[in-house]
Amino acid sequence: MTNERPIRVLIAKPGLDGHDRGAKVVARALRDAGMEVIYTGIRQTPKMIAEAALQEDVQVVGLSILSGAHLELFPRVVEELSSRGVDDVLLFCGGIIPAEDIPRVKEIGFDGVFGPGTDTSDVISFVREHAPARA
Amino acid sequence: MSNSTDLTRAEELSEQLLSGDRRALSRAISLVEADTPAGRLISGLIYPHTGKAQIIGITGSAGTGKSTLVGSIAREERKRDRSIGIIAVDPSSPFSHGAILGDRIRMQDLTSDSGVFLRSMASRGNLGGLSETATAVSDLLDAANFDVVLIETVGAGQDEVEVANAAGTTVLVANPGAGDDVQSMKAGLMEVAQIMVVNKADLAGADTAVAQLRSLLAIANFGAWTPPILKTVASSGDGVSELVDRMDEHQRFITVSDHANQERIDHAQRQILALARAVMHRQTLAEATESLLLDMLTKQVAVRAKDPRSAAIELVDSLRSSWSGAQSSK
Ligand code: B12
Ligand SMILES: Nc1nc2c(ncn2[C@@H]2O[C@H](COP(=O)(O)OP(=O)(O)OP(=O)(O)O)[C@@H](O)[C@H]2O)c(=O)[nH]1
Ligand SMILES: [Mg+2]
Repeated sequence: MTNERPIRVLIAKPGLDGHDRGAKVVARALRDAGMEVIYTGIRQTPKMIAEAALQEDVQVVGLSILSGAHLELFPRVVEELSSRGVDDVLLFCGGIIPAEDIPRVKEIGFDGVFGPGTDTSDVISFVREHAPARA
Repeated sequence: MSNSTDLTRAEELSEQLLSGDRRALSRAISLVEADTPAGRLISGLIYPHTGKAQIIGITGSAGTGKSTLVGSIAREERKRDRSIGIIAVDPSSPFSHGAILGDRIRMQDLTSDSGVFLRSMASRGNLGGLSETATAVSDLLDAANFDVVLIETVGAGQDEVEVANAAGTTVLVANPGAGDDVQSMKAGLMEVAQIMVVNKADLAGADTAVAQLRSLLAIANFGAWTPPILKTVASSGDGVSELVDRMDEHQRFITVSDHANQERIDHAQRQILALARAVMHRQTLAEATESLLLDMLTKQVAVRAKDPRSAAIELVDSLRSSWSGAQSSK
């Protein structure tokens, strides 16, 4: 019997941002949708996030950030991921990302951006639709 | 079942992980965990490279401080210049089959240490298969040259307890003031542990818990190794150096002492039996759910024409005769 492999997602909070409610809400919603969610906790450096993504072999990485440091931290996370050869993951994010920053955030590689008031069922459909397949 | 693409993939990943490629190791773990054809091939290919690592199981009730302790043990092992692979198992939700795997939270500082590899695993409710999977993943870490492999599981059910069979040394973690905990441990957990730890020894009642464990151990029948009982404060690291000393002592006991041969035989047998149980469980249930007899028996039990225990025995007897029929017809 081959076990159906659930979608594995890393939810991480980069930087010195302590707002963790949103990240936990999203983590629980994805779990309840049948996914395996690795939650790292707060205060993660880009290096720690990339290492966790590598070791856990996730196909999706979600960053939650409310501190305003996204334009500084997101490119570094992408850099650390690709320097480890982890370049086939779906990236998405949420938290406080001002509308004018969204085009830049997408350019960096984050396909989905989810702000305050997000309905978690939208997050679930986004992941189901876009998560890269894995054997 | 497997084709040539699987074989090429398996050979490639095996070679890479044996030469220390962490990405390949991580991919291989996923394939083995999902019990794919490529994963099975990898398990076979790397097996000759296993047997070098010290394999430690850490088990105990939820919240006793296992992850914190694993973190402290890992730090101590790093001080001793040993590399360490960690497998942290958490239960999958029986409803959604999803899981939140949060053990990394307690081991943050270890994440970017190249001498450490930490993998979270959900139990995936796979019928009796957890010990199967944990053994296979631990073999991968062993083959990838980690000196020590730590497996953390919540000692909740039989399945989790049997993960201990993957380990050469099993450490049971309890807490002070958990009288019920110590009592319930008698049922299965005590027998599998070679080291007992009372963690959170900074809280009141640690000495009482040690005394309780000692009196439980006194009535148990051990062979040549009597499990030591240690106190630790995982959050500060107190007592952890002594714990690692004891783990090493047990490792010597099972590898180079006069008892080593007997231990190797006992361990091999425990491993085979645990895996046989897992395989049997999986196969039997898979066949049983497809069997027409099950439908018939279900209907009878539902109207109370038959009791469920007799029905179960009848079902198993019928499966068994179908197996022996299949064998003699070969
Ligand atoms: C509650 C709160 C706090 C709590 C946090 C408690 C906790 N443990 O989380 C406390 C009181 C501790 C706090 C402290 C601070 N806060 Co505050 N806080 C808020 C507040 C009011 C609500 C945040 C919240 O929890 N929302 C509920 C959750 C469920 O929503 P959410 O996080 O937005 O998440 C949703 C979506 O964004 C999305 N999502 C979030 N993450 C992710 C990730 C992924 C992958 C996906 C797909 C989706 C997703 O889905 C979620 C569900 O809908 C916001 C204002 C606001 N309205 O957002 C300010 C706010 C975030 N805080 C702010 C500030 C400045 C601070 C402080 C610096 C204040 C200070 N001067 O001391 C400190 C810093 C604390 C720290 N260490 O980082 C500012 C940030 C400004 C900025 N970014 O430019 C805000 C915006 C208030 C403001 N308007 O000024 N805060
Ligand atoms: N006082 C005290 N608290 C501790 C000690 N070790 C761990 N803790 C705390 O106990 C709680 C649980 O710790 P974990 O390490 O997550 O326990 P666990 O056994 O891994 O938990 P599960 O994986 O959920 O079963 C945390 O709040 C820790 O900070 C200790 O030695 N003393
Ligand atoms: Mg834990």
